[in-house]
Amino acid sequence: MSKVRVLVGTRKGAFILTSDGKREKWDVSGPHFAGWEMYHLKGSTADPNRLYASQTSGWFGQIIQRSDDGGKTWHQPGTPPGEAPAPGPPKAESNKFVYDTSDASGKPLTTHQWYDGTQHPWEFKRVWHLEPSLKDPDTVYAGVEDAAIFRSTDGGQNWKELSGLRGHGTGPKWQPGAGGMCLHTVILDPSDPKRIYIAISAAGAFRTDDGGQTWKPINRGLRSQYIPDPNAEVGHCVHHIAMNPSRPGVLFMQKHWDVMRSDDAGDNWKEISGNLPTDFGFVIDIHAHEPETIYVVPIKSDSEHYVHEGKLRVYRSRTGGNEWEALTKGLPQKDCYVNVLRDAMAVDSLDKCGVYFGTSGGQVYASADAGDSWAPIVRDLPAVLSVEVQTLI
Amino acid sequence: MSSITIRVVLPQHLRILARVGTEVTLNFEGRATQQSVLDALEAQYPMLRGTIRDHVTQQRRPFLRFFACEEDLSHEPPDAPLPDAVTSGKEPFLIIGAIAGG
Repeated sequence: MSKVRVLVGTRKGAFILTSDGKREKWDVSGPHFAGWEMYHLKGSTADPNRLYASQTSGWFGQIIQRSDDGGKTWHQPGTPPGEAPAPGPPKAESNKFVYDTSDASGKPLTTHQWYDGTQHPWEFKRVWHLEPSLKDPDTVYAGVEDAAIFRSTDGGQNWKELSGLRGHGTGPKWQPGAGGMCLHTVILDPSDPKRIYIAISAAGAFRTDDGGQTWKPINRGLRSQYIPDPNAEVGHCVHHIAMNPSRPGVLFMQKHWDVMRSDDAGDNWKEISGNLPTDFGFVIDIHAHEPETIYVVPIKSDSEHYVHEGKLRVYRSRTGGNEWEALTKGLPQKDCYVNVLRDAMAVDSLDKCGVYFGTSGGQVYASADAGDSWAPIVRDLPAVLSVEVQTLI
Repeated sequence: MSSITIRVVLPQHLRILARVGTEVTLNFEGRATQQSVLDALEAQYPMLRGTIRDHVTQQRRPFLRFFACEEDLSHEPPDAPLPDAVTSGKEPFLIIGAIAGG
């Protein structure tokens, strides 16, 4: 019997929601890491019991947690609970994200643009997104704030920056969005292990074709009125990118404003906002089995971070964009003013495809019929930061 | 060099992370300073490394403060000796998070 495990990160802890393939009755486990901001949790496709979690705090910094048993127990990689202290330097290297400033790695880069246009030094703040390798459960990528990508090849114990991204040369033009200068999207291409896509607010999208050594901006076609040159090579506030693994070259993007698609691995983008009531938003995702079926949650505006007209509506396009239908069955259609953040939507791979999203009001909604109808799994969690789904066979 | 015993009180989140109670006891040799106490604390509870001091700069994290004997020691030099009452184990060394209201 198939099973679904939903990993939910919130402002005050993590929750794990599990159900059988019917997705009608749910068990709720948590809060894990109570009181901490859990920016993201994600499981390995190579070993579904291997989970990674980003635990963070303005007081105590960044912690990486790992589970090897599907979320029943957790530990900091390299520092198992109860282990006696060993001679030598302390462990907990898993908490350590240090930007590469060595000459040998290319071009050490020490500043980016600050809100006021002045240059500001790179300062590590937190991990926004963890992306486990598709093949190796011990290899995992971390997208961090201030924007950079790190990789661990030992199960999250030690982290090394792929500094070619910051060494690209456009770094002084990158600037933070309201949420910070975060690298929030990491997409691994299943057909080409050397190809990785990332996205940064507010720098844009980048791609490597050589396993992370060199990167190029892939923002042609994006137009952003809020930057001095609306068609600039970098500086765009990309909110999220999604890719269906069956079509690695086709990408869908929710930008600050505008929903976009690319059919050539990001080299060119075109707008597909079509009849959306507003094309501001954060999340975007794709049906597991229908790669032209995409989902967004329109948000009123960049100054009003809640859904349009007090109605929580997921919009679905079955034509790869431009033509959108509102999905409302089971979702509140009056007096609703929640937001859905960029990593807070995910799909399972069952038939019919399940779609899940979490809100700033602490609800996690699920649809077991590809979005036709919705029901809350939980209603009263802390504000949801991220939602990921594992389909367990 | 004689061994000394220092009592350290941790904020709640770090107690959970280290899986300890309110107070931990550290035994080490040498002078008791902020730096030596935190070195000993991290050696005994390595999961706390990076949570009190920055991993690289070793600077106190901005929202944490150090107190002992009703004095704020946050801005004392890291290698300054701690009060005798801390060194003798009579008083604890307090690590306190900034108040988060709301």
